[in-house]
Amino acid sequence: MQLPRYHRLRHSFYRLEGTRCAACERSFFPPRTLCPDCRSTDLAAHRFGGSGTLYSYSHMNQAPRGFASIAPYTVGMVRLDEGPLIMAQLTDVEGVELHIGMAVEMVTRKLQESSEHGYIVYGYKFRPLILPPTAARSSPPDAAVAT
Amino acid sequence: MRNVGVVGIGQCPVAEHWDRSLRDIATEAVTAALHDAGDPAPGALYVGNMLAGQLTGQENVATAVADAAGLLPIEAIKIEAACAAGGAAIRAAYLAVAAGAHDCVLAVGVEKMTDHLNDAVSAALATAADADFEAGHGVSFVALNALLMRRYMHDHGVSREAFAPFSVNAHRNAACNPQAMFRAEISVDDYMSSPVVADPISILDSAAICDGAAALVLCALDDDHLYPHTPIRIAGSACATDTLGLSERRDPMHWQAVADSADAAYRQAGVGPSDIDAFELHDAFTIVSALSLEACGFAAPGDGVRMAADGSIRREGDVPIATMGGLKGRGHPIGASGVYQAVEAIQQLRGTAGEAQIPGARTVMTQSVGGSGSVAVTHIFQG
Repeated sequence: MQLPRYHRLRHSFYRLEGTRCAACERSFFPPRTLCPDCRSTDLAAHRFGGSGTLYSYSHMNQAPRGFASIAPYTVGMVRLDEGPLIMAQLTDVEGVELHIGMAVEMVTRKLQESSEHGYIVYGYKFRPLILPPTAARSSPPDAAVAT
Repeated sequence: MRNVGVVGIGQCPVAEHWDRSLRDIATEAVTAALHDAGDPAPGALYVGNMLAGQLTGQENVATAVADAAGLLPIEAIKIEAACAAGGAAIRAAYLAVAAGAHDCVLAVGVEKMTDHLNDAVSAALATAADADFEAGHGVSFVALNALLMRRYMHDHGVSREAFAPFSVNAHRNAACNPQAMFRAEISVDDYMSSPVVADPISILDSAAICDGAAALVLCALDDDHLYPHTPIRIAGSACATDTLGLSERRDPMHWQAVADSADAAYRQAGVGPSDIDAFELHDAFTIVSALSLEACGFAAPGDGVRMAADGSIRREGDVPIATMGGLKGRGHPIGASGVYQAVEAIQQLRGTAGEAQIPGARTVMTQSVGGSGSVAVTHIFQG
């Protein structure tokens, strides 16, 4: 990814920043500057909480050029709690039985490790939800994750 | 608007043409189409192509094709709409004739994919998706379709095997098409045991990387006496778009652009799904066949795979699809596929489809889809 483009995308990539329409209150990720529903251009930055549920997922055996160093990897679509769907890589899924509807949360990870330009591209990925320590202690992990 | 018909078709075999360039294969298709039309002098050339800039390092592709095919100083413009570029080139040619700007126009689709290794082709194809928020995260084009297939299986409670008949049917029909890339039938067992690319999508769910070119000559129907073949009328032509990113749709499982383009083409032609004798749909992946049948009014959500299971999609069925192999069996040279579909529709309507002939075909629909359902071009041809 080219440096100016990476710089332009940093708020979305680092902190899941989209936009929200002041007129009709629909929120968007990726960010839009015009609301396609009401055609308002009064949209402000809106940061999403980063938790959601898995809409679908796929283990990729063949990576496009630029992603070979991390292949094979898993990608998914996540329904954010605020409404929008988001496309992202899934991480920390080794040994985890993925299923549609499972709770996931955003983390910041390396997207491209060895870019031809010499810098590392960081951004959001999603992992199976790690419960707060108190909740984990009070019930078996499997049962808690299923709720 | 003038009525428009097709009076010439040409194609080169879909294959890995290691020793032939983009210009070579485009020239073969253009020359064959012009010859089929009685060698008229076309007023314009519209070239459907997606990847030449990335994989051949050649933009200005329409000029390159016009030059190679000996058509200078013809008006020549490249039309790009991702994997729907071929259908979009036909639509541009149709509009030019319908509007009266030209009386005779060439539409050619061409793609040269085999000059690169798979990872480069995969990255190039991913540019049909959102560059920043899909491709930029390493989500390949296959993976986008795999996400849809997994969700479809979940929503409708079907297994991977439910998609097998799409691939089996495409290969069965390709075996009857001398221009097809894969002229061998496959079994359900072959399908189930083929290697996984991005689960649940395997090799036999997916159209292969290949090279190809196909061309049409379009004319005003008022001038049909000038050509040796009785024109096949373009009764409907429509293009529609949806969000670039798959995840930005309210319901990713409903392909609204596909539905909108089909509905507009039906309205223009004055027909409905029950009038379609064959449907050349965009079967780049088996899941696309199911979603397209559903979006175009042939099946309710979840019933696309039922049409595959009960044989409705076979040449003998109610809605034959991929009658000469489709993208899966004939091959899917990206920007050329939409024009191959049209060439095959004309063969069906002329009654020259050989073993693949649908008896008595009078109305054939073709549909080119770009991105993950983000742009769709539908044509209805009537003989």
